[in-house]
Amino acid sequence: MSMARQAEPAAVTPPPAPGPKESDGRTVRRPLALRLLARPEVGVFLGAVAVLVFFLVTAPPVRDGSSMANILYQSSTIGIMALPVALLMIGGEFDLSAGVAVITSALTASMLSYQLTLNVWVGVVVALVVSLAVGMFNGWMLVKTGLPSFLVTLGTFLILQGVNLAVTKLVTGNVATDDISDMDGFDQAKALFASSFEVGGVQVKITVVWWLVFAALATWVLLRTKYGNWIFAVGGNKESARAVGVPVTFTKISLFMLVGFGAWFVGMHNLFSFNTVQSGEGVGQELIYIAAAVIGGCLLTGGYGSAIGPVFGAFMFGMVQQGIVYAGWNPDWFKAFLGVMLLGAVLINLWVQRTATRR
Amino acid sequence: MTDKKTSVHGAVLEDTPSDGDRPLVELRDAGKSYGNIRALHGVDLTVRAGKVSCVLGDNGAGKSTLIKIVSGLHQHTEGEFLVDGGPVRFSSPREALDKGIATVYQDLAVVPLMPVWRNFFLGSELTKGPWPFRRLDIDRMKKTADEELRNMGIVLDDMEQPIGTLSGGQRQCVAIARAVHFGARVLILDEPTAALGVKQSGVVLKYIAMARDRGLGVIFITHNPHHAYMVGDHFSVLRLGTLELSADRSEVGLDELTNHMAGGAELAALKHELAQVRGVDTEELPEEGDIRAPAAAPEEGKS
Repeated sequence: MSMARQAEPAAVTPPPAPGPKESDGRTVRRPLALRLLARPEVGVFLGAVAVLVFFLVTAPPVRDGSSMANILYQSSTIGIMALPVALLMIGGEFDLSAGVAVITSALTASMLSYQLTLNVWVGVVVALVVSLAVGMFNGWMLVKTGLPSFLVTLGTFLILQGVNLAVTKLVTGNVATDDISDMDGFDQAKALFASSFEVGGVQVKITVVWWLVFAALATWVLLRTKYGNWIFAVGGNKESARAVGVPVTFTKISLFMLVGFGAWFVGMHNLFSFNTVQSGEGVGQELIYIAAAVIGGCLLTGGYGSAIGPVFGAFMFGMVQQGIVYAGWNPDWFKAFLGVMLLGAVLINLWVQRTATRR
Repeated sequence: MTDKKTSVHGAVLEDTPSDGDRPLVELRDAGKSYGNIRALHGVDLTVRAGKVSCVLGDNGAGKSTLIKIVSGLHQHTEGEFLVDGGPVRFSSPREALDKGIATVYQDLAVVPLMPVWRNFFLGSELTKGPWPFRRLDIDRMKKTADEELRNMGIVLDDMEQPIGTLSGGQRQCVAIARAVHFGARVLILDEPTAALGVKQSGVVLKYIAMARDRGLGVIFITHNPHHAYMVGDHFSVLRLGTLELSADRSEVGLDELTNHMAGGAELAALKHELAQVRGVDTEELPEEGDIRAPAAAPEEGKS
């Protein structure tokens, strides 16, 4: 920077620009509404409001405060995972192993503590290490081999799914782990991961708070830090990013490890709210996370998106899941409803962005 | 803007810096093999401060391999690569950047969906605040990017607009401005004019001249001899992975350069065959003997 300043006046006789023009004059300032609609999270926000209004009208029990707390809780368990998955997607990759990785983490903590009769915190910390290691393996494989993340994480997904079942059966002789609720440190851990508190006579789960805290943190990191800049860059154009000195390998691997962290957190929540873990669960959840991120306005091919969008995306999921129950419909319709919503949301997003960014 | 070009250029030729005899970057008999393919061999290249070294060559001549070595994307397998007189071997573009060697790529210069200011500072972001709260200094970055671009004659209404919405020439200029701003001593330009219109090419050439005037050493890769001759101080023509011509501006004329570029020697050999095909005008093609002859015609516009 200083060099450019010093060297500037040297040999150039005429000034470079023919008098500083104030503006280019070719771009017309868009109306505020259109500029807002072009933001990745605004489309999904409108969608979430629409779904909320729909269920408020059709399912009267939803209007109750405790139902809303329940819906938010449901959304938070999806939303906490949807955040790192969204960041990873902005970074140009996705992780199919995210769903079963949650169970792997919970199983690790549960079985380790129970079988060795340790304080549950030991299990929690080891589970964190395992989850981060799984993420690191995904990222490392991807970077070293250059294979698409679909293949690499499909492999991890199958491996973890098999290992979850086989190891649990081997260790406990059962498909579920033993109840750890009477072990040392359980109450502390439950307070952190799975407690609830009262707001105006309504029980609210702590995960809702964590969800919003993580979302705020992710938004800040994405928009206000170097690392956030790198995430957009590696997703938008990996080669350019590398050529201008962005540590692409570090960014990609750390993003996968962030998904590992999310899986650990949700895994711990599952463990400490149900005391035991079913080893076959988690399959299919990864697609829910990815769908929440896409509905939230993240571009599947990377380089574009936000952290707030997936919050609304996850809320739509939670809302529909619970709303169907409150409306008294057959819950079998849930997935079909979701599919329609996913397509609808994506189409609306697409249409809104095209209209708003048309040049 | 473009009408200033000649005067800028003329002013430069009169006061080319005489200090810094030691080249910034030097390749001696350098080469690169990919497996059993010898993409480049026996290449000498010298880049001095305040000079433009043009590297010309047809597609597949080894131009890209050459710049990839200098910019740190690949490593040379033969010969020597010296920076400031000391041998180096870069393992990443970051190392080359730290040595002051910045590359502006033809196609991978920017991240299209990111705003202009984010692209400008990508990889070298300005931050403020203590560590856990260290954050991007957005106001300063926007202001600096806007100033630097205005210095380069690019006026943008909105620093937030995705860089993909700029024209190809503007994008090249942003990339050049970025390299100059970050204190590059050596600027490598990979076919910056290849995809541009006439006027845009002129703008880019003007910035090349400006970068040179700021004392940068420039490696200008192109397959357009006319563009090269407008700004170049030294010309290297690559052919099939090796140097066909390496000459200073005083030793070579535009015609000769064009002939070398167009594969003049081969073309002359083909002349007799072409002459038998109706409709091919061979009158204008040079004879084989003409190619090596020194350019006799005095150059216009050259002081």
